[in-house]
Amino acid sequence: MFYREAGDFKTSYREDSQTFPIKFDRLRYYAVLAVAFGVIPLFINDYWANAVFVPFLIYSIAAIGLNILVGFAGQVSLGTGGFMAVGAYAVYKLMTAFPEVSIFFHVLIAGGITAAVGVLFGLPSLRIKGFYLAVATLAAQFFLVWLFNKVPWFYNYSASGQINAPDRTIFGVFVTGAQTSATAKYMFCLVMLTIVAVIARNLTRGTVGRKWMAIRDMDIAAEIIGVNPLSTKITAFAVSSFFIGIAGALFFAVYLGAAEVGEAFGIQKSFLILFMVIIGGLGSIFGSFAGAAFLVLLPVLLKNVLVGTLGWPTDLAAHIELMIVGGLIVIFLIAEPHGLAQLWRVAKEKLRLWPFPH
Amino acid sequence: MKKTFAALAAATIAATAAPAMADLVVPNMSYRTGAYAANGIPYADGFNDYFTLLNERDGGIGGEKVVVPECETAYNTEKGVECYESTKGMGALVYNPLSTGITYQLIPKVSADGITLYTPGYGRTSAANGKVFEWVFNYPANYWDGASVAVKHLLDVNGGDLNGKKIALVYHNSAYGKEPIRTLTELSKKHGFTLVELPVDHPGQEQKSQWLQIRRDKPDYVLMWGWGVMNQVAIQEAVNIKFPMENFIGIWWSGSENDVGPAGDGANGYKTISFHGTGANFPINDDLKKYVLDAGKGSGAGDQVGTVLYSRGMYAAMTISEAIRKAQEIAGTSAVNAAQVREGFENLNLTEERLTELGLPDFAQPITANCADHGGPGSARIYQWDAGGKTWNAVSDWITSDADVLDPLVAEDSAAFAAEAGITERCN
Repeated sequence: MFYREAGDFKTSYREDSQTFPIKFDRLRYYAVLAVAFGVIPLFINDYWANAVFVPFLIYSIAAIGLNILVGFAGQVSLGTGGFMAVGAYAVYKLMTAFPEVSIFFHVLIAGGITAAVGVLFGLPSLRIKGFYLAVATLAAQFFLVWLFNKVPWFYNYSASGQINAPDRTIFGVFVTGAQTSATAKYMFCLVMLTIVAVIARNLTRGTVGRKWMAIRDMDIAAEIIGVNPLSTKITAFAVSSFFIGIAGALFFAVYLGAAEVGEAFGIQKSFLILFMVIIGGLGSIFGSFAGAAFLVLLPVLLKNVLVGTLGWPTDLAAHIELMIVGGLIVIFLIAEPHGLAQLWRVAKEKLRLWPFPH
Repeated sequence: MKKTFAALAAATIAATAAPAMADLVVPNMSYRTGAYAANGIPYADGFNDYFTLLNERDGGIGGEKVVVPECETAYNTEKGVECYESTKGMGALVYNPLSTGITYQLIPKVSADGITLYTPGYGRTSAANGKVFEWVFNYPANYWDGASVAVKHLLDVNGGDLNGKKIALVYHNSAYGKEPIRTLTELSKKHGFTLVELPVDHPGQEQKSQWLQIRRDKPDYVLMWGWGVMNQVAIQEAVNIKFPMENFIGIWWSGSENDVGPAGDGANGYKTISFHGTGANFPINDDLKKYVLDAGKGSGAGDQVGTVLYSRGMYAAMTISEAIRKAQEIAGTSAVNAAQVREGFENLNLTEERLTELGLPDFAQPITANCADHGGPGSARIYQWDAGGKTWNAVSDWITSDADVLDPLVAEDSAAFAAEAGITERCN
């Protein structure tokens, strides 16, 4: 009824190929942005920022990054945790070595360093595919974690191998360190996420994204029609690692404040983000958000309901929570193998015809 | 986005439903799940039971009931953040996260929020320097004390000379396990022994290569900084390669019944360091049985009473409650706030008479804290496992750590933190 193309006339190619061609979609998008930037910062407190929003925003960035590689370019990667660690340690070294430069640029440079490392580990993708590539990226995961544990230079020779984020400000407002307000943390991550999501969405709509998808769908055919596999795969690894590096930098500097590589960026992080991408929907930016929301927010919600409201013992609640989340993942993937994004797509198709489906 | 907001809306209701409490709030950040649960459960039970005893027998501390909200961290830093934020709003007075990783994360946070962080026997070692770490206390002993006590014990065994000996350190490859390396390196220079470092990655179920190396290198002694399932595996591996158990010493986190149990009789003679006594034969255990266990108010399954880690949980709860008592005495009110509790910690004077009064004679070392000293006496005993009787027997008296080596290290590390965080020294 409200959600329809009819009556929404486009008079230029520009209008016709915009991101949200349907008026209702466009309004909804602006509404979400308005709430995220204008309403939530007014009401956010420490608990909501640190337990809900900041992890959700950061995992969304990481999921978008991985979705570009796995969902759009079809290159399976199990090295996400390792690449996040590169971002975290890069931003730590930059923050401590150049305290006068703004943290905003440090985060971007950390993303750039991660992109370089990602390209390096992406090189084998030119020769190997599928599961074999997954194993090569798994090697990256273990190598990077080992490296950051082994070489004291990366953690500035601290006694325990921990890295601690020093206090840094943007326009005089603390964004890292203990004095950071909930609003500042939230806004910094939100701005980063918005930039990343807009770039990712537009990259995947343009030439670069079409090349990635061509390689994903059939690499030989893509090569025959003139897509260069070298540059395409390398750009996919670079862009993906850039985003994951930003996520890792924020994860350490803004969210945790202190990290040790094995615990914060271990193999389970790689799997967690891969699950976000698969549950959310491969090859969909919205799917990255949905997957991150599902795996970050649901456990917190269940914990609050089971322990806070129902008053269950914490260990029982923790075990039941694992079972519920696991069960839901199975149910979702049986009901809709293409992830939450596909459910959303189907819902939109239905809405277009509603209430007269014939 | 729809899904996101639905989930958030529901979470709002749940989060706001938690009531504000007026009692003394001491959160128990425990872990009863995950790779470290075997060690987390007894500690959490001991911690809860001691406060339950105070509430049931004495009506709390100074007439104020103690509320102990429990929060599951699974030894995971992200869940630790969630737990800290969710309990902070209840008016938490002191945190005891039982995780070195979470401690590192909380040090800046508690300093900004003005809440005491008490990390007995773990956490950041240099927090012993109260001049820099205003809100953090780690008495009675820290990892560097532990390392020094172990080496002193070996000196005693060897007639005061470790020259040319080889000591291997098997450690959990994390902040926790790396802590003693700096001290052991210094001590190896001082006493002339060789130190071999053997890291074990989380969670520590796979240690074949490390123990193969021990078999090949034949170190005279093995020290262990392990936690959770890593301890059991290490002790089993040591039994498998027939390493003499009396030459194998674990830090206090590597010396519980859960750790030596799986290896059976093979573990007989394994040594551990501890800063408190253990067992169920203290006078307080009668009260514990009467008011808590028999009344059906025990925490968990109630089968952990008298184990090493249960005693350690009780020790932490006992120190916290004594600090709160001191705070009430100083403030002249029983409803103390977080800042007053910090004063209590800083002026704590735990004497042997007081311990006897509490029903815990010869349980621990007396502590006298002050503005600069947040680290306590730094002494510990060596215990040895008797697999036949299933008991830990003290084989040494209290051994005090080597202050000549440790004090400069603490000063250096805390100065580095002060420079990094821009802190000016207090207490001058």
